[in-house]
Formats: sequence, structure tokens, C-alpha cells
Amino acid sequence: MEFYLTAILQGFCFAGIAFGIYISMKIFNIPDITTDGSYTLGGAVTGVMLTHHQPGYLIFLSVLLAGAVAGALTGLIHTKLKINALLAGILVMTALYSVNLTILGRSNVPLLSVANLFFALSSIPDGVSKSLLIVVVFIAMIMLIIGYILKTDFGIAMRATGNSEPMIRALGVNTDRMKITGLAMANALTALSGYLMAQQQGYADINMGIGSVIIGLGSVIIAETIINWLQITSVWLNLLLVLTGAIVFQLVLAFTLSIGVDANLLKLVTALFVLIIVGIPRLIRREI
Amino acid sequence: MIALNDISKTFNPGKANEVNALGSVNLQIAEGEYVIIVGANGSGKSTLLNVISGSILPSEGTVIIDSNDVTKLPEHQRSKWIARIFQNPLLGTAADLSIIDNFRLAALRTQTKSLTIGKTTEFKNKVRDRIATLNMGLENKLEQPIGTLSGGQRQALTLLMSVMDNCKILLLDEPTAALDPRSAANILRIADDIIKQFKLTAVMVTHNLKDAVNYGSRMIQMDEGNILKDITGTEKSTLKQTDVFEWFG
Repeated sequence: MEFYLTAILQGFCFAGIAFGIYISMKIFNIPDITTDGSYTLGGAVTGVMLTHHQPGYLIFLSVLLAGAVAGALTGLIHTKLKINALLAGILVMTALYSVNLTILGRSNVPLLSVANLFFALSSIPDGVSKSLLIVVVFIAMIMLIIGYILKTDFGIAMRATGNSEPMIRALGVNTDRMKITGLAMANALTALSGYLMAQQQGYADINMGIGSVIIGLGSVIIAETIINWLQITSVWLNLLLVLTGAIVFQLVLAFTLSIGVDANLLKLVTALFVLIIVGIPRLIRREI
Repeated sequence: MIALNDISKTFNPGKANEVNALGSVNLQIAEGEYVIIVGANGSGKSTLLNVISGSILPSEGTVIIDSNDVTKLPEHQRSKWIARIFQNPLLGTAADLSIIDNFRLAALRTQTKSLTIGKTTEFKNKVRDRIATLNMGLENKLEQPIGTLSGGQRQALTLLMSVMDNCKILLLDEPTAALDPRSAANILRIADDIIKQFKLTAVMVTHNLKDAVNYGSRMIQMDEGNILKDITGTEKSTLKQTDVFEWFG
């Protein structure tokens, strides 16, 4: 049981990446793979600031800022230099590897000895359920903020930018600036996942981000399948389904591990799983 | 309201595929005029419209709108005067967004899109009342994604959206080219009503000579990047379709 609770806990930690990919891919229609770098960046900033005993709120804000800067860079390269979004993301992701290594100082920083977010609420005994409670509250707050933003006039303009660029430009929106802001938001959220994960696992590692983009993609695609199937338009339900997607994704991975699949094959299983959830709806549609 | 002074536009200058789309065009459009532009493919009429909207910047010359020199202003900064209807009904609206979201954006064309929620009940009621004037039964489908509607319905809504916020100039780029004859006639009638009701200055590019004769207060024929004919007043109102056919003869 605790095994699956941990998977759910990880699902909540990865919700940030899922929300990030949801914003870049679904709302802005931009394939952004800065993710691997900005996720690690979030972990690295968290690790170093925790070991230097910085206050929690400052760590949280620094992580958001660092992720946002990474995303804005990808956005700037993509919009101002007119470079393909995928390439822009790869460039920033590659550069971030060195940045992350410089921030961390070495490839792995253990955080088990320092107090962190999961040490809060000292009246409750430590354990998976307590950690779960903390991330649930944390992610619920993040979701409320994203949901609110998407509901505002600015949020409608964001959603329209990825949908019909000529229209939104004719309506007086600077689409370049909009995309840069969107990618900054997406990567700030991704960095937040790194922030949660580093604290939950008890270490920040230079390689923690490998394959994180696929986690986000998988979560969003699971959500998208349900969204399209039930034709959901509500912003709140959309976000809730993306969160559910992130949790389901981790549960599936936990399940494959529990039936005895070698942990070394986990990335292969991940890729195959995403392939299946992307492929099956298309195969079914072809039959009709 | 609009003045184009010595506007020329060359695409790909100095290259093998160099195209002179506009060659020194001078055009003054007074407030309240409804100008119809006709011309063969490649005559430069769409380029002319794009130069006014700012989606194409001219190679030479100046563009004046409402006594402001806007020659260097990008499209999104000219939106405080100009609303645009595209040929493709899909371009004028955001398909995945609901009708009400599309109208909310249109209502903010000249304003900043701030971090506040503007879709109030009051706003929804205003939109519902306006849409009801179309008699298309769309007023009860405000939350429906606009992409689920037909091209004609979308184009009609786009016209209404253009006057949700302050608007002085309406640019119509072959607004009915993608529609069936009945929807097309409907759209042109709605456009005519809106232009009169809101006292707009309008420019429409069209291939349909019948529409060109029936609508507008002035008609311009373009050919190879230049203005060939420019008729207005009673000459325009008494113009017959057969006369225009001869222009292209």
C-alpha cells in the first residue's frame, strides 16, 4: 500500500511538470523541451539554498524565478531569433546542464540532514501520509493560482495565442511577449517540480531531469484523451485531469516495477507507455 | 481617416523572385467611406489592405491613420483603430475558445488584457443581447467552442466582435470567399448594417463584382500594383455590373 502511496506522492510532485507541459504544449501549441533542464535547475537551486540554510519562502521564490528565466530564454530565442521551438528548447536545456552543475558544485547534493518543506507540521508524525498531505495542499494552491490566471482576461489572451495567432494579433496582443511569458510560466512550474522532488527524495542530482519531459507529456496526453473524449471545456476540470494524469502515470510505473520489471528498464517502459497512450486513440479512430 | 502616401512594396528585393506588389500608390479615404477594392489576382489589392492593417510594412511611403503616422507601427499597435475580418472564417476567431471568451477578447481590443476576471454576468448579458440581433439562435450557446459553428456563423460573430470595442476602421479581406451564396449575402448585409450603425470607415477587398456594385460608397480597381480606376458618389451608386465586367475585359 505504502508503495502506491509513494507513487501518488511522486505524481503530485510531478504535477508541476505536467502543468508546465500543459501550458506550453496545449495552451501555446509550442513543443518546449527546456523541461529536462529547468526541472533539474529547480532541484539544484533548492539543494544549494537548503544546505546554505536559506528561509523557505526565499527558496520557493528563487526556484520560480530561476525556472521562469530559463523558460523566457527559450521563448526569446524562439520568437526573436525565429528559431524552431524544439531547437530553442534543446539549446537552453543543454546550456542548463553546465549551469546546474555549477550551482550544485558536484553531481549530487544530499539533503537528508537539512530541514525542508516536508518537515513542516511537526505535530503530525513523519511518513508518507504526512508528505502526501503537504504536497496535496501545496499543489492545490498552485492549481488555484493557474486556474485563476487562465480565467482572467490575460488568461483568455494566452489561450487564444496558441489557438489563432492572426486573430489575437489583430486584437492588439503582442504574441511574442505572450509566448515568452507563457514559456516562463511553464518552466517556473517545471522548476517547482524539481523543488518538490529534491526535498521529497532528500537529494538534488545533476541527472534527476533526464526523461522528465516525457513524464509531463505522458500526463498531459492521458488528460487530453479524457478531455477530448468527454469534450470538457472547463478550465478547472482540465487542470484537475492534468493532475490526475500525472498521478496515473506514476501509478502505472509503480505497477510495472511491482510485477518485477527491472528498474533499469524503467525509461523504456515509460517511453512505451507514452507510445501506447498516444497510439491507441489513433488506432481506434482509424478503425472507425 | 486613412491616407497612403507614395506607398510601394517590393517582396524579396534584389532576388530572382523579386515582386513589385505595389508601385507608388496614393490613396485618401475619408471618414465614413466604404471603399470596395476589386482587381485580378496579383493586382496588389490584398497587399494594400495588409499595408493599412500593418501586417505588411511598406518598402517606401507613409501610412496615416486618424492623423497619426503609423508607418512603422506593427499590427497589434494599430488595433486601437482597426478591426479586421479575414477571408478564412477560422482566422478571425479562436476555435477552441468559447463564444464568450472570443467576445471578451474582442471587447478588449484597444485595452490591456489584465489579470482580472472580466467575464461578469453583466458582460455575458451584453454579449447575449448583441448576438440575439443576428437571429441565428446562437445567444444560448455562449459557452460552446466557436470552432463547432459553421463558417457563416463564425464570420457573422466576427463582424459583431469587431464593434465590441472602439473601432473606427473595418477591413474586410474577401470576407465571403469561403461561404455559400446564402451565408455570403447574409454576412455582407450584416457588415453593411454594422458599418452604418457604428459610422465606420470600411475597406473591402472582393472578387465578387455583384457585391462590389451593390455595396460601398466608392470603388477602386487595382492593376499590377497601381490604382487603375477610382469612382465615387453618384457615379458609384449608378454603376452597373455590366460596366464593371468591361473593366476586366
